[in-house]
Amino acid sequence: MSIMTYNGGSIVAMTGKNCVAIACDKRFGIQGTALADNFQKIFQVGSHMYVGLPGLATDTQTVYQKIRFRQNLYELKENRKMSPKVLLAMISNMLYERRFGPYFVEPMVVGLDPETAEPIIGNMDLIGCVNQPSDFVVGGPCSDQLYGMCETLWEPNLEPDDLFETIAQALVNACERNAVSGWGAVVYIIEQDKVTVRHVKTRMD
Amino acid sequence: MALLEMCGIQDVLKNKTEDNFLSDMKYLTANFDNQMHLSLPPFANPAEDLGLFNKDEFGRPINFHFEHGTTCLGFKYNNGVVLAVDSRATGGNYIGSGSMKKIVEINDYLLGTLAGGAADCVYWDRVLAKQCRLYELRNGERISVAAASKLMCNMAYNYKGTGLSMGMMIAGWDKRGPQLYYVDSDGQRIKGNVFSVGSGSVFAFGVLDTGYHWNLTDEEAHQLARKSIYHATYRDFASGGLIRVYRITQDGWVHLSTEDCKDIHYEFEEKKQQARMAS
Repeated sequence: MSIMTYNGGSIVAMTGKNCVAIACDKRFGIQGTALADNFQKIFQVGSHMYVGLPGLATDTQTVYQKIRFRQNLYELKENRKMSPKVLLAMISNMLYERRFGPYFVEPMVVGLDPETAEPIIGNMDLIGCVNQPSDFVVGGPCSDQLYGMCETLWEPNLEPDDLFETIAQALVNACERNAVSGWGAVVYIIEQDKVTVRHVKTRMD
Repeated sequence: MALLEMCGIQDVLKNKTEDNFLSDMKYLTANFDNQMHLSLPPFANPAEDLGLFNKDEFGRPINFHFEHGTTCLGFKYNNGVVLAVDSRATGGNYIGSGSMKKIVEINDYLLGTLAGGAADCVYWDRVLAKQCRLYELRNGERISVAAASKLMCNMAYNYKGTGLSMGMMIAGWDKRGPQLYYVDSDGQRIKGNVFSVGSGSVFAFGVLDTGYHWNLTDEEAHQLARKSIYHATYRDFASGGLIRVYRITQDGWVHLSTEDCKDIHYEFEEKKQQARMAS
């Protein structure tokens, strides 16, 4: 048994044209038994910035609270909002503090840069090694399947509506090949002037 | 040929050719003539020592990734036997199939369900089907379910300890009416009215025990079986896909339904919604 798959749940994020998307399933379980279909793994941490925390559910919640704590300190001290790139560096730093007894989460950050409105996505492993590609990032127990779906479906400069379709199909179909992910899905499309949240119907087995 | 004569082995080869051929046949195709004879691991006391070889050089267990999770159920009621199964095949967290057939039609009056190692169940069910057919030809009447399940149980017992993994229900109709047995790879054989097997069986039992009684109508029995399996697919990560339901009556088995558990889920969701609106 792997501690990373103890509760299940997967997340994927993608860039589009002047927009960015992040999506996750809603399953919370203990190994084989599904317990809840409304578990939150994606959190809003700014007007155009979200963080996704796939992994062990208890650490998802703890790490989210720790992120908020450090982010609030930063924003009070600096008197300005945090940008996605700074958030990524800060979380990486925070996780490396626990190098020898890590939190079992693989955080994912998506957002639009406050200065340039450029879409930014990034993720890291559980001790904070950052990866900032230009296309998509995946995390959780069905990341293999998500990579397959994203490599096939993603293309550059997707409009918000197409980006929604792409990320929703990628997530839903990847989760159908994974026993500990699924039980509903939620998709966030982040644009300059609005954020759209959509709950997607899925198979419930 | 000259080389053979020089070495003086031509007589040896000539004399033994046919014998060698037959004995080679026997050893190289162990289960070709006798399906119940599998080739055993090449060392003494396979039943005890096989476990020692299922580790790698660092002592970690070698995973065979057998399909394990399943939900199957079967129950007798006044008008027959109902069997229902899911159709998901998993290896760890990976879903290998969502449309596997876990009910085997042994003959027109006998059904078997699969749980555990898929290859084990399918193989031994096929051997059982052959044995049952032979019995019918020799004796001019159908084999009883008690006898069929005992054949399966004896075959499983012969290989006890070698790592076979099976948990099956054998159901049918014979001279004594509706019959239902549970047989597994430990050599256990139990007769009963209500069984559920597999990782999702706890969830299935929860629904099944609530709704079960002897005087169910055919329709109630069908609905109870499909609802029980649906609830197992909902909670259990190793159960899902299509839900198949069969009934056995005195005229043999009939296939009642094969439905995607997604459709059943949203059907029940709608009913719940309507009930909420009404109250």
